[in-house]
This record gives sequence, structure tokens and C-alpha cells, in this order.
Amino acid sequence: MIVYCLCFVLFLTGLYGVLTRRNLVKIAISLSLMECSLFLFLALIGYTEGGIAPIVDPADPVKNYVDPLPQALVLTAIVIGLATTAMLMAVIIRLYRKYGTFDIREIKELRG
Amino acid sequence: MNPLIPLFVMIPLAGAFLIMITGRFAVWFGRYLTTLILTVLAAFSIFSLAVTGENTAVYKVGGWEPLNGIPIGIHMVMDGFSVIVLCIINIVGVLAALYSIPYIKRYTSENYYYSLFCLMIGGMNGVVLSGDIFNIFVFLEVSAISSYALVAFGVEKNELEASFKYQVLGALASFLILLGIALIYWKTKTLNIADIREVFSTGYDRTYYLFVQILLLGGFGLKAAMIPFHAWLPDAHSSAPSPISAMLSGVFIKAVGIYVIIRLFFNMFIVTENISILITVMGTLSMAVGVFLAIGQWDIKRLLAYHSISQMGYVILSTGIGMILIARGKSPEIAALAIAGGLFHLVNHAAFKGLLFFNAGAIEYSTGTRDLQEMGGLAGSMPATHATSFIASMSISGIPPFNGFFSKLIIIIAAIMAGFYLLAALAVVVSIITLASFLKFQRYAFYNKPENKDDKKNKEVPLPMVFSMVIMGILCILLSLLAFPGIRETILEPAINILTDPLKYSSLITGS
Amino acid sequence: MTTIVKKTTQLMAGLVFLYGIYIIIHGHLTPGGGFAGGVIAAGSFILIILAYGSDFIRLTRKEHGSTMYENLAILIVAFLALSGLFTGACVFFLNWLPRGTTGELASAGMLPLYNIFVGIEVASSIVTIFLALVIFKEEMSE
Repeated sequence: MIVYCLCFVLFLTGLYGVLTRRNLVKIAISLSLMECSLFLFLALIGYTEGGIAPIVDPADPVKNYVDPLPQALVLTAIVIGLATTAMLMAVIIRLYRKYGTFDIREIKELRG
Repeated sequence: MNPLIPLFVMIPLAGAFLIMITGRFAVWFGRYLTTLILTVLAAFSIFSLAVTGENTAVYKVGGWEPLNGIPIGIHMVMDGFSVIVLCIINIVGVLAALYSIPYIKRYTSENYYYSLFCLMIGGMNGVVLSGDIFNIFVFLEVSAISSYALVAFGVEKNELEASFKYQVLGALASFLILLGIALIYWKTKTLNIADIREVFSTGYDRTYYLFVQILLLGGFGLKAAMIPFHAWLPDAHSSAPSPISAMLSGVFIKAVGIYVIIRLFFNMFIVTENISILITVMGTLSMAVGVFLAIGQWDIKRLLAYHSISQMGYVILSTGIGMILIARGKSPEIAALAIAGGLFHLVNHAAFKGLLFFNAGAIEYSTGTRDLQEMGGLAGSMPATHATSFIASMSISGIPPFNGFFSKLIIIIAAIMAGFYLLAALAVVVSIITLASFLKFQRYAFYNKPENKDDKKNKEVPLPMVFSMVIMGILCILLSLLAFPGIRETILEPAINILTDPLKYSSLITGS
Repeated sequence: MTTIVKKTTQLMAGLVFLYGIYIIIHGHLTPGGGFAGGVIAAGSFILIILAYGSDFIRLTRKEHGSTMYENLAILIVAFLALSGLFTGACVFFLNWLPRGTTGELASAGMLPLYNIFVGIEVASSIVTIFLALVIFKEEMSE
């Protein structure tokens, strides 16, 4: 149980970073941290006691495998996370070019 | 199996990448290919609306048949509810694509625009058609990432800031959704919505799933911009190019937000009273606070964006009333009426809010400003925009005989019949404030001519834009026919049946 | 970069690329597959660009090329997926090629094909993302 709780702690650490950091890049890093905690959690869900890697052995197809589905989900989620992070970094670079700063307090054109 | 179902996703996806290849040599290709693709998809969706009715078409991707009654592989499901949202997506999409042809010529790299547009349509169609929660998440991200890029399409200060805000909140929403999906998978060991429902009916841990429900409500509520989570919406929707604002406001928040909330909370989770009260409260807050935030705005697109929050509040409020009645297990016909009002308002909102954003885009295209105080006297120079925006304003304010009147009437009648008199009164008051806000829009944009302004002639916008606006205006009037018996039974009734009967959806799919 | 970095890169890049290809084509037998192998293969390109550097115009030209490969590969994946619709069963993503015997390299029907094209797609898209970010930065310093 403790590992699952540690995942949640990592998630909250990322959330704390998103809420308190003032630097755009640090916000992006905190978001990646939250994402990683979720991937860890998803991978842990599939674990079974004493399970082995889910590679089918033609000689003995019925063994105690770990659940392969969460691993597939994690891979898909990693691909999505890659796209999101790349998009976020592109916007951050553009913002830096327009405003000349990474400080979120300086970037406040939109109000109301 | 209806072989059209995967094509709804694959045609726009393939089109997006084809545009990226050919757009380098021929810029015009993307323009016409997007319109062609969306016309075909709109025809497909209308055809599906005609044939679906009470049936539920299940498409098993990869031909994986269920093993011992347990579905393996990805299911795509088309039923009465998803087909309505599919029609909204593709019909508003084709009009927005037509509208884009003259509008987007001001920007550079048109082919990227059309490619992202197709990607967004493909993602939304995927969300609506998938019968699998993880698949919903994947397609939601496909459409969300392309919408982040489209919001930032102008790459000026405002656009980039709005897009950054939208991306951070969108990413948080995705994490909440993913955590919810992981927790559901942990307990039930399945991802298929219908199969999860079957597992729930054998044993249901109320406190555990309440936590999951709140996570999912937070995630999809952020995507749908319900009131505690609305911060990104006015910025993102007002900074995007106008056809994209129409798509985001008219379609996107419905397809990835409201649709998924309604689908999961009615058909996957067992409806409980506390979560339905929470949804109703959020809907009421969105409805009331959204309109008060809107009334002080002078930027047209921000004003319209705040009204989107308020109008979505009506939809959530009436479906929430339906949920409360279902949870209490009494008067199912009033619950059906409330849900009918919500769905009808969902359809209507796509028509009039899309049209209003088209009008805002036309005004911006012609005058070059979005500030209501700087414009005026456009009634003479832009007759088509004026006429259509009048229809849309009256429709959103609930004036008969336009469509908004009938859906609001159904919602208010349902609230009174269910005994929520205060909510019914609040809905009427919000409607009146909406009318005041739109009279301000009409007066400042079209009539009130400032004296100090030089008499430069604003021209009417090009023909494709006028065409889209006129078609939307006609739809605004025609959709009121949905309220009348005969038509209501054929279109809205199947959707309501699938939502009100808690076990119908899962039994139709798993076949038990 | 220094000579040490350049020489090491020269020796390593080919091996990294080959390892990526190995992961891709054994995707249906062992852990890994299109995405993991594609990322490794893209790593070798990124290593070379980082070590040797490149001028701005060459970089933009490279980006055009990698975008093209990415789009072509994903269109081929889409076509392979749609090809199941044209067989008799009309099933999307149908694995209609003969399966072969489990455990051999040429088995599992369509899966190796999907893996190969997804690998190309991922490799070129990661190179594209890297180049796009580098080009942004180069534009900024002007």
C-alpha cells in the first residue's frame, strides 16, 4: 500500500509546484512530475505477486504473468504526455520571445 | 456492424496528414479538402441519425469478439445520444470550414490551420463514438492538443498567454481523468463502459467510487468549463480565430465535456443522490455566475464566451435535475422531460453560439476591432450579419419563436414539475439578464453610431462567410421544430431512453 | 564540441540506431515496439546534431524532410488499418495476413508492419520536435 501512497505524494508534489512556482519552465516540469506519478501508479496497478513479464512462452502459455494492459495504457499515456510537453515548451519559447521573461507575474495581458 | 463508424475518425485523421504533405506545394488543397471531408462526414452523420433510432450499433475494432461474455478489444458505440452530438460536431464543422476559407487568409501557414482543424474534428468524433473510457481519454487528448495549437494560432501576446493558461489547466484536467480511469481499472479490471456497469451491478463500493466520480467530475468539468473551473474559457475562446471560437464554444466543450459527463454519470456509474445534487449545484452556479460575469464585458468575444458558461449551466442544471429524480426513483416522466430539455438546449446552443461567434468574427473581419464601444452603425453596411445576429441574440435570450425559447421552456417546466421552484425562477431571471446583455450587443454594434466617428464604409463580409451565417440562422429557426411531437419522438426520444433506463446501455452492448 | 565528443558520437550513433531498429522489428516478440524503438532511433539523430552542430538553413531543410517522413508514415499506418475494411469481413484494424508460427520473426500478421511504420513515424516526429525547438531558439538569438 505504501507505494501507492508514495505515487500520490509525488502527484501532490507536482501539484504544489504548479500552484506555487512563478517560472514558466518550472510549471512545465511540475506538470511532467505529476504525469510521471500517474504513469508509475498505472504500472503498479498491473502488478501481481510473483508475476513475470508478459512475454508468451509457446511451450507453456499459462503462467503467472503481470497484467499487460496497464503497461499498454502507460505507453499510450507517455506518447500523449510527450505531445503535451512538446506543445507546452513550444508555447513557452514563443512567450519568452514576446515578453522577454519567464516570470508568470509579468505575463498578464488578459484580465477580466 | 455499421462500417461507417471507424470512418468518422479515420477520414479526418488521414485528411489532416494528407494536408500536411500536399499543403507544402498547393495551399488551396487544404481549404477544399477540409470542406469536402466535413461535407462527407456531415452527410454520414445525418444518415446515421436517420438509421440509428432506437438501435445501438457496436463496432468491435480489430474484430475481437467478446470472450465468455467479457468484451476484449476496443468497442465503438453509436446510439441515439452519441449520434446527436456527432451531427452537431460535423454540421457546425462544415460551416466553420466554409467560413474559414476567406477568414483565415489573413494568417500565414494556412495548411497547418486546416490540418489541426481536421485533427480536432477527428478527436471529437472519436470521443463521441468510443465505448471505452481509456479510448475517450486518448481522443480527448488528440482534440485537446490540436485545440491548444489552434488557440495559439495567431502567435501574438494574448493568444500565447491564453494558450498557456489553457494548456496548464487542460493538462491538470487530463491528469485527474487519467487518475480516475486508473482507479476504476484497479477495482473493476475492465475499461469498457458497459462492462464496468455490469461489474458495478454486482458490487458497488460507494465511498471509493464517490472519490472517483469527483475526480472525473473535476477533470471533465475543467474541460467543460463549469463554474469553479472556468478560468481558461474566456481567454482561450476569445483569443482563437473566430471559426475556431465557434467550434470550441459551440462544439468542443460539449463533445469532450458535457457529453462525457452525461454518458459516464448516467450509463457507467450508478446514479446516487449526493453526486447528482453536486452536479445540479455546479450547473446552477455556472448558469448564474456566468451571466453576471458576462454583463460587464465590452469585448464581443469575451462576452460570448462568458455566455457559453452560462448556457452550459442550463444543460448541466436540467440533466442534474433528471439525475436527482432518477436517484430518488420517482416520476420518471419528469426526469425524461428534464433530460430532454437539457439535450435540446445542447443542440440549440451549438446553433446559436456558433452563429454568434461567426457574427463576431465577421464584425472583426470588417471593422478590425472587437471592442463594442468602438463600433456602431453597422446595421446599414452589414445587413446579413445584422439579420443573423439578431436571430441568434433573440434565440439565446429565449424569445419565441426561436429555438432557445422552447428548450428553456422545457427546462423551466421540468424544474417546476420536479418541485425546484427556486431553480426555475433563477433560470427565468438568468434568461432576462441574458436578454439585457444581448440588447447591449445589438445596440452598440449595429445601431448606436458615435458622432465623432468618420463615415468610413464597412463592407459586408465575403460570400462563404455570409453563406455559413445564413445557414446557421435558418438552423436556429428550424431547430425549434424539435420541440414538437412527431419530430421529438424520432430524434430526442432514443437518446432520452438510453439515458433514463440505467441498465439499457450496458445490456444492449454486452448482450446480457 | 570537442574532438572527444565528436569521435564518441561517431562510434556510438550507428550502434544506437541499429539498436532502435532491433527493438522496432522485434516489437511483436519482446517488450518494446514502434514507440520505444522509434525514440531510440531518434536519439541517434539528435546525438549527431548536438555533437556536430548545424547551421540554421540546413536545420530548417532537415525539419521539412522529417515532417514529410512523419506524415507519410502515419498515412501508411492509416491505410494499413483501413485495409481491413476492404477485406470481406469489413473490420477496421483487422489482422488479415497469415499469422505464422509464434516466436518467429516473420509472424503475427500485420503487427510487424504496424511496428515498422509507427517506428518511422515516432523517430521522425521526435526529430521534428527537437528541430522545431532548436529552430525557435536560433531564430530568437538573431
